Amino acid sequence: MRIGWLWRALPVALLTFLLAGCDLADEQSVFSPAGPVAEEQLGLFMWTWYLSIPVMLLVGGVLAYVIVRYRRRRGDDSIPGQTHGNVLLEVVWTTIPVIIIILVAVPTVRSIFALQTFTEAGEEDVTVTVTGYQWWWKFEYPEYGITTANELHVPVGARLVLDLQSADVLHAFWAPRLGGKVDLIPHQDNQLWLQASEPGVYHGQCAELCLGAHAYMRFRIVVQEQAEFEEWVSSFQEPVVQNVSSDQQVSQGRTLFAQKGCIGCHSLDNYAEGVSYGQPGYPNLTNFGLRHTVGAGVLDASLENVAQWIMDPQTVKPGNYMPTLWAEDDPNREEESTAIAAYLLSLGAGQAADGAQAVAMGGN
Amino acid sequence: MASSTTAPQASLFVRPNRRTGLVSWLTTVDHKKLGILYILSSFAFLGLASVEAFIMRLQLMQPGQQLVSPDVFNQLFTMHGVTMVFLAIMPMGIGFANYFVPLLIGARDLAFPRLNAFGYWVYALGGLMIYTSFFLGGAPDMGWTGYAPLTSLSANPGHGVDFYAFGLFISGIGTTVTAMNLIVTIVNMRAPGMTFMRMPVFVWMMIITSFMIIFAFPPLTIALVQIITDRTFGTLFYVPEAGALPILWQHLFWIFGHPEVYIIILPAFGMISEMVPTFSRKPLFGYPVMILASILIAFMGFAVWTHHMFTTGLGPVVNTAFSLTSFIIGIPTGVKIFNWLGTLWGGNIRFTTSLLYCLAFIVTFTLGGITGIMVAMPTFDAQVHDTYFVVAHFHYVMGGGALLTFLGAVYYWFPKFTGRLLDERMGKAGFVFIVLGFHTIFFPQHLAGLMGMPRRIQTYPAGIGLELWNFMSTFGTFIMGVGLVIFLINVIHGFRAGKPAGNDPWDGRTLEWATSSPPPYYNFATQPVVNSLDAYWAYKHPETLNVEPIDPRTEGREYDAGGIHIPGQSWWPILASSAIIVGSYGLIYDNWILAIISGFVFIFTIFGWAFEGVGGHHVNPELEGGAA
Repeated sequence: MRIGWLWRALPVALLTFLLAGCDLADEQSVFSPAGPVAEEQLGLFMWTWYLSIPVMLLVGGVLAYVIVRYRRRRGDDSIPGQTHGNVLLEVVWTTIPVIIIILVAVPTVRSIFALQTFTEAGEEDVTVTVTGYQWWWKFEYPEYGITTANELHVPVGARLVLDLQSADVLHAFWAPRLGGKVDLIPHQDNQLWLQASEPGVYHGQCAELCLGAHAYMRFRIVVQEQAEFEEWVSSFQEPVVQNVSSDQQVSQGRTLFAQKGCIGCHSLDNYAEGVSYGQPGYPNLTNFGLRHTVGAGVLDASLENVAQWIMDPQTVKPGNYMPTLWAEDDPNREEESTAIAAYLLSLGAGQAADGAQAVAMGGN
Repeated sequence: MASSTTAPQASLFVRPNRRTGLVSWLTTVDHKKLGILYILSSFAFLGLASVEAFIMRLQLMQPGQQLVSPDVFNQLFTMHGVTMVFLAIMPMGIGFANYFVPLLIGARDLAFPRLNAFGYWVYALGGLMIYTSFFLGGAPDMGWTGYAPLTSLSANPGHGVDFYAFGLFISGIGTTVTAMNLIVTIVNMRAPGMTFMRMPVFVWMMIITSFMIIFAFPPLTIALVQIITDRTFGTLFYVPEAGALPILWQHLFWIFGHPEVYIIILPAFGMISEMVPTFSRKPLFGYPVMILASILIAFMGFAVWTHHMFTTGLGPVVNTAFSLTSFIIGIPTGVKIFNWLGTLWGGNIRFTTSLLYCLAFIVTFTLGGITGIMVAMPTFDAQVHDTYFVVAHFHYVMGGGALLTFLGAVYYWFPKFTGRLLDERMGKAGFVFIVLGFHTIFFPQHLAGLMGMPRRIQTYPAGIGLELWNFMSTFGTFIMGVGLVIFLINVIHGFRAGKPAGNDPWDGRTLEWATSSPPPYYNFATQPVVNSLDAYWAYKHPETLNVEPIDPRTEGREYDAGGIHIPGQSWWPILASSAIIVGSYGLIYDNWILAIISGFVFIFTIFGWAFEGVGGHHVNPELEGGAA
């Protein structure tokens, strides 16, 4: 009886999963290219895929024919003709793969030189130095003097030229909808260029095993209209730090950010005048309120999620280097982590509206 | 049956001479017993690797699960890869070669029987040694490719990496000596009249494979010794903090690693080339072309290694060169597929379980070849490298290629091992589950990779389109698991109660079918004489071939004037291997006293081995009766 139940439930369960899987989510899909590099790479795949259809039909067809035509009939013990080979056939079926391979090789070589040859970055291009750390990404814009983490901003249509470096082990930078990956290797300067044709937030992920929280080493590329991008850049020139806030929670969070020792690792430009806090080997949190995610692309940056991440980072992202700051029975841990989260999310938020005011207030 | 004993020689141990019991297995130098030990051990390791894979699939069944921690997950996929490549699939091919190469060429044994035993014991004990790391603070966790700098002390302070380095180093010794043994045997000990171009294809594939082993393993050994000295003696080969270039490891590893793929698949090609002709009742189509194609594959296998490194920034010229050499390998591989189809064409095909596995191989391997061409395109590879697309690709060629073939080979040769047939109905049921399960597991992984799933990740987020493919893949493990259980039951049932097979159940073409099932410990009463390819078939069906039929069972030559020489069994190979293993534990744990003592014990065992002499006795089996 239980078996009968299982047999009835199985197709239903499968169907549910099929439908659930068919929501056409494509955040990291090679099939949804959003720029010329990914399009070129997908085109190469599709070309090979079409070429492989006749090959599969040929092999499958011959196999099916042979199985039906030459199967042993009951009682038939005859010995077929002992053919040892045929030179003409060998020549023909050596030529077939040669032709297929030429058809694949020509566009392949063309695409290699199109995508992997580098020219000097031009006026329109945005150059970013990417440094891989276990298990987050540092993004530096040398032109603008911006240092940020886990989220890249780039204007639509501009060429994004990435200088890839690693601070510890191997990593690989991969944003599938914009293009293929390149490894980050200690003592090696690798380069990659990408380009986006439409604005949007594109997912990326580390693709080379780096132990520990490798699966949680994600990032976002935010592709914006030129004006929005410039606004984002300018927000870093005089970052808002909310030194005085009417919001009780934000003020408490600002104090806790120092008290709890967050500032010992995490830089926050302009947190206090004339003093540089934080260390270069940890994510810089300047303008954190402008980010889409927390924990290197692991959670969306809502107040609840950020608080959860600060309170219990090892559950959100097992193996990472964030310390757990509160004992499990600490009655204040929820309140305090939420306050820090609220403070961090206030950074850079509402930049355009009250930026000048905030800067004026923050000048102490 | 008459027998005589040669004069006893000075030796520390009395050499055992009983052919049954535990001691006979520990001290055996018989290629057939060692072949069976190899095959059983490799299947045991296959079982362990399957359990590891099953746990990983359960962890990945749904997004965001925490069934195993990232740390344990890393150990699981590392040990799965190490086990499958080094301890299961490669030794399985070598095990079949151990058993069948001497029988296929009409020889009494391999050229160096004690060296053969040594090769087995370092493999088996080395494999077990790696597995003890699970209980000694954690297995290796940096992937079977051991990419630097994940193997450096600063990135990986535990002992897992040491077990990896020592285990592979030691089992590599075993593989290398076995390869040398096979080469010497095949070159020198073929039956009279068996020219190279009359050799069975499986023997051809094994001599090619053996040469590949001899050229491919030194780079790996060098790289492993570098890790060992880095971690044990403080050298700086792969320590980036000291300025080392970790990329160099990848070159050494893949100069070994890519030929290794062909070391795994060529024995399978050889088996397919034995089974397909037998069950089609036709000779292999294009025999010389098949041999040449394999030699070409073996040569080119050494010229494609950086296609594993297309994303490391080698530049467009290098990527183009290695892309083209990789494409070129597709040509001889395609030719081989067509020749197998040509062999089936016009045959009188008997659909045994073995042949079904061969057909599944042809389909699966073709699909794996097509994705192989795709990943050989560097710009497309940039998208799928280190993703589940590549995972699917290499499981199609190594699992669907080599492993399915080996399962077919078990059905084909089990009667020769045991004198009993495996049950065909159970075999076909198992086949359906295994092949269906295999494709349910691995086909969706292509799509998971294309949807953006990197390999070696412990979990993945919901909502980016990976749920369905992962669920299907995990579901497939249950189907394939059922098939493997049926296979196991069938083998156990076959051992105990299989139908008697007779000497030649498939109307075979090659010499192993001319002797009894199982073969006597001396293999053939007289050395067979051959005058054509497939000489045994020619003898049974003289009308089909234009040669004088010779009965390999009775018209042979004497091996030795005094009868067939049977070497004595020996304790030295297993003792020498054990000394190496114990010494490795000493080096891993910086216990210098243990390491040095083991070193001396090892040297002592080698002397004991050298001065033990050949020993053994001669037999003169009578030609009539069971001996034939």
